[in-house]
Amino acid sequence: MSNVFAFAETRLGKLRRGGIEAVTAARQVADQVDGHVHAMLAGPAGIGEHAAVLARHGADVVLVLEHDGFANYNPEALAATIAARVGSGYRAAFFAASAQGHDLVARTAGVMGLSYASDVTSFAFGGDAATVTHPGYTNKVIQTFRLSATPALISLRGGAVLPVESAKAGAVEAVSSAVDPGSVRVKVTKTEATGGAKLDLGEAPVIVSGGRGLKEAANFKLVEDLAAAFGNAAVGATRAVTDDGWRPHSDQIGQTGRLVSPDLYIACGISGAIQHLAGMRTSKTIVAINKDKDAPIFKVADYGIVGDVLQVLPVLTEAVKKAKGG
Amino acid sequence: MKIAVCIKRVPDQDVRFKIAPDGKSIDQTGLKHDMSDFDGYAAEVAIQITEKAGAGEVTVVSIGSDAVQETLRKALSMGAHKAVQLKHDAEVHDGSAIAAALAAELKDRGYDLILTGRMAVDTQNRSVGALLAAKLGLPFVGAVSQLDTSSGSVKARRELEGAYELVECPLPAVVSIDEGITRARYPSLKGIMAAKKKPMEVRPAQLGEQHYVLESLALPAERTAGRIVGEGPDAVPELVRLLKEEAKVL
Ligand SMILES: Cc1cc2nc3c(=O)[nH]c(=O)nc-3n(C[C@H](O)[C@H](O)[C@H](O)COP(=O)(O)OP(=O)(O)OC[C@H]3O[C@@H](n4cnc5c(N)ncnc54)[C@H](O)[C@@H]3O)c2cc1C
Ligand SMILES: Nc1ncnc2c1ncn2[C@@H]1O[C@H](COP(=O)(O)O)[C@@H](O)[C@H]1O
Repeated sequence: MSNVFAFAETRLGKLRRGGIEAVTAARQVADQVDGHVHAMLAGPAGIGEHAAVLARHGADVVLVLEHDGFANYNPEALAATIAARVGSGYRAAFFAASAQGHDLVARTAGVMGLSYASDVTSFAFGGDAATVTHPGYTNKVIQTFRLSATPALISLRGGAVLPVESAKAGAVEAVSSAVDPGSVRVKVTKTEATGGAKLDLGEAPVIVSGGRGLKEAANFKLVEDLAAAFGNAAVGATRAVTDDGWRPHSDQIGQTGRLVSPDLYIACGISGAIQHLAGMRTSKTIVAINKDKDAPIFKVADYGIVGDVLQVLPVLTEAVKKAKGG
Repeated sequence: MKIAVCIKRVPDQDVRFKIAPDGKSIDQTGLKHDMSDFDGYAAEVAIQITEKAGAGEVTVVSIGSDAVQETLRKALSMGAHKAVQLKHDAEVHDGSAIAAALAAELKDRGYDLILTGRMAVDTQNRSVGALLAAKLGLPFVGAVSQLDTSSGSVKARRELEGAYELVECPLPAVVSIDEGITRARYPSLKGIMAAKKKPMEVRPAQLGEQHYVLESLALPAERTAGRIVGEGPDAVPELVRLLKEEAKVL
C-alpha cells in the first residue's frame, strides 16, 4: 500500500477548484494502489476550515499547515515541507496546473531531485511508472510520456478530472513547516486580485473574450456585461488588446497567454489569429461575433454571427439574462 | 551584471504540425525554427539590463544539435555577448536532465542572474527554470511579468489567475520570464555583422538521468467549421436557441 498526496491550493484564504481536482485525481490513484489520500491545506490560521470539503471529495487525511508565514504563497517553505512528506512512501503527488501549482510542483521536484510531469490531461498508473498525456506545440499535438520517477509528481490541467463527492469524513492532522517560514529566500510580499470578473479563466465554464474589434477599452464593459449575465463566466482578451493596455496581460488567451478549454467560449471582435486559436481551440463550444464573414475565427466556431459586436452584444446580453430566468 | 539566458530552439508554431512515421516525432518538412517566444523575451530583458547599466555581459546557452548555433547567433545579433552550445543531437524531454546539463555549464561561473523562459512553446513542459535553480542551489522566481534588479536583488511581479503577486529574493537567482514583460527586438544589420565576430563555444551536454520519456505523439480531433447563424442583432434569438437546445450550454 502506498499513499497519494494532493496539494489543495488556496489563495487569500479561499480554496481553489484546482485543489479539489487534485484531491479527485489522488483518490483515483489511491483506489488503484489501495492507499490513502493525504491532502494538504496551507495558509494562515483558519485555513483548516476547508478540510471538510476536501474530505467530501475523497481525502482520507487532511494535513493542515496553519501559520501566518503562509498568508501569502510561501514557495520555498511549502516545497520543503511537501518534499519531506512525499519522500517517504508516497506513490504520487498531485498539484493544480495553475500559476501556483506549476511553481510548487517544479520546486518540489527540484528539492527532491526528481523529474516530473506538468499540465497533465490524463494519467494511468501501472507497475512502477505512470503514463501521462499533456498537450504541446501550442496545444496542437497530444504528447504521451512515461514518467518513471517515484513519487510521480504531477500538475493537472483544469478539467482533466471531474470532482465527485462521497460521504467520507476525513481525519484532520495538524502539520508544521519543515523550515522556518520566515527564513526563506523567496518572499511573496503581496497578493492582490486584479478585479473585474469574479471567476478566473482557468475555472470558469464560460469565457467571454474580446479583441480589437471592440474598438476601445471602454467597450469591454459590453463583454463584462455578457459575462455577468451568464453568472459563471470569466473575461478573456487577445494579445492585441492586452498589448494596448485595455486589459491586464493575465487576461490574455493564446500561445503566449493562458490555455483554456471552457464549455463555452464567445469570441467578440476577434480575428482568430493562429496564436489566439492555440489558447482556446479545445473549448467545447465556440461562438464568434465578427463583422468580417471571412475572419478565420469562423473556421473554428460552432456558431457565428456576422455583425457589429457593439450592436450584437447588448442584445445577446439581454437574451442570455432572459434565458437564465433573470 | 553577469547574466546567462537559456534558449531553446523550437519550430515556428503557426503551422499545422504533422507526426512523422515513427509516431513519436514531428515531421520536420518545411518547418522554420526560432528561439522559443519566452526565451526571446528573456534575452531581450538581459540585453536591456546590460545596456541600461552600460556594463555587464550576457551569455546565451542552448542545448541541441548544431542547428542551435543559428538561434544562438540570432541572440548575439540582438546584443548578447557570448554563446555556448551544449551539444546533444537527440531530443530530450526530461526537464531534470536538461536542467542538469545547464547547471553543469552555469555553476561556478559567477553569474548574478540566470534567465529562462516560462515554458518552451513546443513541448510546454514548464519545468527547467525551477529545476535548474534547485540544481544550482539558487533562489527561483517563476513566470515573472515584471522584473527589477536595479537595487541588487530581484523584485518581480507574477501574474496569477485573476490576481498577481509581488515577489522578492536576493541575487544570484534564477528567474523565468512570462508574457507582458517585453518583446524581443529584431536584430539590426549592425547587430548581425557584429554577431559574426562574437564567441561561440561548443561543449558536450552533460545531461542527467532521464525519467520522463516521450512515448508517442498524436493529433487531436480536428475542429470542423460550424455555421453562420445569421447577421447582426437579429441572429441573437436563433443563437440563444442553439446554445440552449443543441449545445446545451445555457
Ligand atoms: C509570437 C507571437 C505570439 C502571440 N501570442 C498571442 C497570444 O497568446 N494571444 C493572442 O491573442 N494573440 C497572440 N499573438 C498576436 C496574434 O497574432 C494577433 O495579432 C492577435 O491575436 C489579434 O488580436 P485581435 O483578434 O484582437 O485583433 P485583430 O487581428 O486586429 O482582429 C480584430 C477583429 O475584429 C473584427 N472587427 C473589427 N470591428 C468590429 C466590429 N465593430 N464588430 C465585430 N467585429 C469587428 C475584425 O474583422 C477583425 O477580425 C501573438 C503573435 C506573435 C507573433
Ligand atoms: N534545450 C534547451 N536548451 C536551453 N535551454 C532550454 C532548453 N530546453 C528548455 N530550456 C529553457 O527552459 C525553459 C523552460 O522550458 P521547458 O521546461 O522545457 O518548458 C525554456 O524557456 C528555456 O529557457
